[in-house]
Amino acid sequence: MALTTLGIIRLRNLFSVVILSTIYSFLMATLLLIFDAVDVALTEAAVGAGISTVLMLTVLYYTKVNEEKPKFKSILPLIICLTIGGLLIYGTYGLPPFGASDTPIHTHISVQYLERSISETGVPNVVTSVLASYRGFDTLGEVIVVFTAAIGVLSILKRDKI
Amino acid sequence: MRLDLLLRISSKIFLPFIILFAFYVQFHGDFGPGGGFQAGVIFAAGIILYTIIFGIKKAQKDFPETIFNYMVPLGVLIFTVTGLISLSKGFNFLDYDALAHYPKHGQHIGIIAIELGVFVTVIGSMVSIFYAFVARGKK
Repeated sequence: MALTTLGIIRLRNLFSVVILSTIYSFLMATLLLIFDAVDVALTEAAVGAGISTVLMLTVLYYTKVNEEKPKFKSILPLIICLTIGGLLIYGTYGLPPFGASDTPIHTHISVQYLERSISETGVPNVVTSVLASYRGFDTLGEVIVVFTAAIGVLSILKRDKI
Repeated sequence: MRLDLLLRISSKIFLPFIILFAFYVQFHGDFGPGGGFQAGVIFAAGIILYTIIFGIKKAQKDFPETIFNYMVPLGVLIFTVTGLISLSKGFNFLDYDALAHYPKHGQHIGIIAIELGVFVTVIGSMVSIFYAFVARGKK
């Protein structure tokens, strides 16, 4: 994954960049699959590797394939990125060890969901019961986000027809 | 057109299975991985594959663009109406216990209904955005 990221940064040919980001998405989906997050892995493979690649290639069809040389020096953004990245990595040392079972996220609400999901909703997939039932309001908000995004993109792309 | 014969035939074989898999992910979402969003994206990917292989004109004739444009708000409507039905029966908004005699049945119906809403909105927006992008090139 690190190699594909470096490739995406270095390459000037946008076609290769799109293909590399597809590879990155598939690697990410595999990683999520190893962490047993099957729902997220399915989404990453379908959206990240499938639909967004097709949309990017469609956009490339209308623009130039090669990126131009940057006009400004990129030293200041590089320093900002390295500083913030370093701070974030420093912050991860404050997190509990990976997979520990006595951390706050595993002791409060997740246990409640896991214990009560079957008896209250009768749905074996806890991800679905949390998303659709316990947090139905959140999911409604997400659908409205998709709706708003679609309306926004369509009103930009079809401006001349209105 | 001769060269992509292989692509056309193989995509014709694959397409029913992609659509079928989308419906499997949709309706099996409460037992296995998946749900409305993933199913919608897979369904949209099927239609996008059809558009890539057979061209935008044939795709827009077989799957008219207006249907997908109407699907975007329709899904939000299905979701909200499900919430309002339980509200009208004296329960909380989006509390699916109200939808059937037994709370568990109600939960099942409610989850399927809102996943359908998500499914419809996601297909509508993905395919509409894709059609809008592709249609720009015709001028």
